Amino acid sequence: MDQPPSDARSGISRRAFIKGVIASGAVASSAAYLFRGTGETIFGQASAPGSVERLITLNVNGQMRRVDVMRQETLAMTLRYKLGLTGTKIGCDRAECGACTVLVDDVPHYSCSMLTHMVRGRRVQTIEGLASGGQLHPVQQAVVDEQGFQCAFCLPGFVMAAVGFLKTNPNPTRQELAHGISGNLCRCQDYDKILTSLMRGGEYMRRT
Amino acid sequence: MAENKLIGHNYTPSDLVAKVTGRARYAEDFRADGMLFCKLLVSPMPHARVRGIDASAALAMPGVKAILTAEDLPEFVGAEKALTNEPFYAGEPILAVAAVDEVTAAEAVERIIVDLEPLPFVVDPLESLRPGGPNARTTGNAWGPPMPGGQGPNAPAPPKTIKWTEQQFADADEGRLPIGEPGEEWSYGDLDAGFKDAAIVLDETFVVQSTGHHPMETRSAMAYWQNGKLYLHGSTQSVAQTVPAIARWVGIEPTQVVLISEYTGGGFGSKGGGTVSMAIPALLSKKANAPVMMRISRDDESSIGRARTNMTGRVKAGFAKDGRITALDLFIVQDNGSYGPMGDHRSAGLAASIIYHPPAMRWRAISVLTNTPPRSQQRSPGPMQANGMIEPVITKAAKQLGIDQVEIRKINSPVGKAMYGPVGPTGQRPRLTSAFIVEALDKGKETFRWDEKKAYSGQRRGSKVRGVGVAVGPHGAGSIGFDSLMTIRPDGKLYVQTGVGNLGTHSLMDLARVAAEVLAMPWEKVEVVWGDTGKGVPWSCLSVGSQTTHAMTRANFAGANDAKRKLQEIAAKDLGGGPDDYELGNERVYRRGSPGSGMSYIQAAKRAIELGGKYDGHEVPDDVNAMTKRAAAMHAGLGVMGVAKDNYPRNGTTYSFVVGFAEVEIDVETGKVTLVDYLGVGDVGTVINPRSLLAQIKGGSCLGIAHALQQKWVFDQKYGLMVSRRFHYTKPLTILDIPVTMQADAVNLPDPETPVGARGVGEPPVGAGYGAVLNAIADAVGVEVFRRAPVTSDLVLMSLENGRRMHEPLQAHV
Repeated sequence: MDQPPSDARSGISRRAFIKGVIASGAVASSAAYLFRGTGETIFGQASAPGSVERLITLNVNGQMRRVDVMRQETLAMTLRYKLGLTGTKIGCDRAECGACTVLVDDVPHYSCSMLTHMVRGRRVQTIEGLASGGQLHPVQQAVVDEQGFQCAFCLPGFVMAAVGFLKTNPNPTRQELAHGISGNLCRCQDYDKILTSLMRGGEYMRRT
Repeated sequence: MAENKLIGHNYTPSDLVAKVTGRARYAEDFRADGMLFCKLLVSPMPHARVRGIDASAALAMPGVKAILTAEDLPEFVGAEKALTNEPFYAGEPILAVAAVDEVTAAEAVERIIVDLEPLPFVVDPLESLRPGGPNARTTGNAWGPPMPGGQGPNAPAPPKTIKWTEQQFADADEGRLPIGEPGEEWSYGDLDAGFKDAAIVLDETFVVQSTGHHPMETRSAMAYWQNGKLYLHGSTQSVAQTVPAIARWVGIEPTQVVLISEYTGGGFGSKGGGTVSMAIPALLSKKANAPVMMRISRDDESSIGRARTNMTGRVKAGFAKDGRITALDLFIVQDNGSYGPMGDHRSAGLAASIIYHPPAMRWRAISVLTNTPPRSQQRSPGPMQANGMIEPVITKAAKQLGIDQVEIRKINSPVGKAMYGPVGPTGQRPRLTSAFIVEALDKGKETFRWDEKKAYSGQRRGSKVRGVGVAVGPHGAGSIGFDSLMTIRPDGKLYVQTGVGNLGTHSLMDLARVAAEVLAMPWEKVEVVWGDTGKGVPWSCLSVGSQTTHAMTRANFAGANDAKRKLQEIAAKDLGGGPDDYELGNERVYRRGSPGSGMSYIQAAKRAIELGGKYDGHEVPDDVNAMTKRAAAMHAGLGVMGVAKDNYPRNGTTYSFVVGFAEVEIDVETGKVTLVDYLGVGDVGTVINPRSLLAQIKGGSCLGIAHALQQKWVFDQKYGLMVSRRFHYTKPLTILDIPVTMQADAVNLPDPETPVGARGVGEPPVGAGYGAVLNAIADAVGVEVFRRAPVTSDLVLMSLENGRRMHEPLQAHV
């Protein structure tokens, strides 16, 4: 997808609109997060010089996973569509909502805005990798105990952001933890209860 | 139910572990072998006609499997279809392409040439009402009253053309809404006498903005066909009621639809009975003969994802010296968007007559079509807008009359089975089932420490000034007449089937708590079955309009009592005596007063299967819905079946109320408004699930608070294109925007017109949050600072600097 940025295209659309002639349906939308599901080559594109290796090994939730990755593929899409890890949600496609937050080397990242090739040789942890040995992670347990979320589509991102933050600041104030997870949006919006549940998660982590 | 073991107690819903481990599957989390991906080609223009489509280059591409256009969709006159040849808004889907992957589908979209003829368009309702102003449709610009006979939104009367005169526009003062021909009106009481008797009469205009619903999960869907049946994984608020909608959109019978929607990532009214776009993957899948995944991006969601109707309201109100309203005259111009017809303007009128309870009132309104994205009901559709339009008048009257803001709302609140609205078809004005707003105001006033906070409101400390506000958010809170279905099986468990959606409010589990309470069943032995019509679900209410808790606790109370009666009859048959000699407890049906006697539920379940007939569901009541009968047939022979329609009487209209209290701090040098304290108190009947209830009150309030402080739609007026796309340009509250203290509570007084006493809660907090924060801002910096929402920093600052209200133009979407 080496097409020009969407602005140029919407310019064409607008001119077409003004002139009242044939308009194409191009809209500013999708180029960066489109997904190619099969191993076929990109239509009409020869393999570009300097292109990266497609078949790579990723360390996800402590397992080494071999995966065929397009060069423009985002980590969120690889996790969801290649590795079957659908716990990572895509809420906005472009770093506005945090639903896709995962840990890369223990640091929270928006996986919709990272290319999969950027995490080669690094440790990726998703919501599916938090529980171990049949035991929920303390933050997961706290969210269950406090019934932290409602529709819970934002939950995996919030929990991963909180787990990452608590690794660097294990005993935060409510205000500090709120700042730590402020890159995540919820639309059901009882943020008060979300924060209470994640604070309890911190408490459980300190006990274990 | 004097001593409830389950109702009114917190519990841990059984779906939480799936949610925290990432195993909970939402629509886009499902996969099917050979699954194709689809992309949409959407209109770049706000109004146009498709003259031709050349898809030859796209179809020639390897990997492109099918293209779906409007011609492939079943026709239903006048209503919105998933694809169109006459787009009414920019971003409306014209066609869809299915290909082996999204990159190929998107490239195919780029290669399709659509010949579009631009048509006149309008994005502002007042522009359309001006003489010679453009119409959003070639057939007109305004919806009239609903068609007689209740044909519903699928068969609207054609739009009319209504234009106001230059004189009517000229007659309105700067910043006041002109008043011309309305589309609809009603009135009751003596309006003129009310104004004549008033100590003061106020006349104010207020602009309530549009905002997109933007649930975290977009309306993605995946579909495939098997043995002539459509299997659709979709995101919907309601499961049972989405089935007939999908059947209509796709052009098949409801019995051919299997809907799987186990978890829904929010809806707020935008996915009430499904989404019309579900037809796209369904029909593309049929055409391509392969499963199709339609991923909807956040940007797509900005266009097709629905929004609240914006309203500009002009309110003339008279008040007696003691603060009692003497007359209310409300005129609303509603921006209906491109489809509809919407009814928010009607709900706003009724809500106004309920919460401010005027003895005389006139409501006039016009719902104007614009070439902006389609609206749907958004959490408190209408009542929230009523709070926005009318609160400034109440607040101003209280200031002028020297009455406390809580007191003026108490004086004007309805009490008990109060009458509201105009005379109905029965020749009488309708009544509420109950209202305990005064109790909620009293409770909140104390908890919030209102008097203490009020003492220092309006006083400047440095550049900061504080203010307090209160508002009553109302909303209809319950329907009646739905079904329930449950079985006690030989494994000793109670299985409760439900056809409502799973939005995380846990109302779908709360209704099973009611069944378990009646059947004295321990909660650990209750399995709630939801989210898949292939598993058999009873006809259930739409999970919209705060209905579920009311409607489905009633239905499940009925079904559980049906099962209870059957248990008693089975015991009497085998052990002698009459059914009334037996009671339930300890998972047994036993002789009154002798818990060791009788038989266990396991024995009774086995006996029911032997007895057959009504006992194990081979016979069901005639009055249950066909969907319930089909589901009952799937579960017949599995154990003792409880199956019933809610036939309990109800005298009145069920409304719930939340009272919001807010304290804000405003920096008069920067204009920044900070919400420092908030309390919501519910008058929502009997509390079923305290923790979820309080979450609903706080979360719903936050939606209203965001309307008061930051969210709005913005349009490029010249090109009719939306500027406020996605989250970034119409930012919802973040966790940093909520107050440090945020509390919720409820008066917990049962509604007398429903057997369980519970009313719904989802919506009333929205207007409470919106109104309370607007009123708190007015308290801090004066009632003359704003006449539109959101009250942003620049609006506050400009008004304070200029000493008068700025942003006077009545333009929508600015």
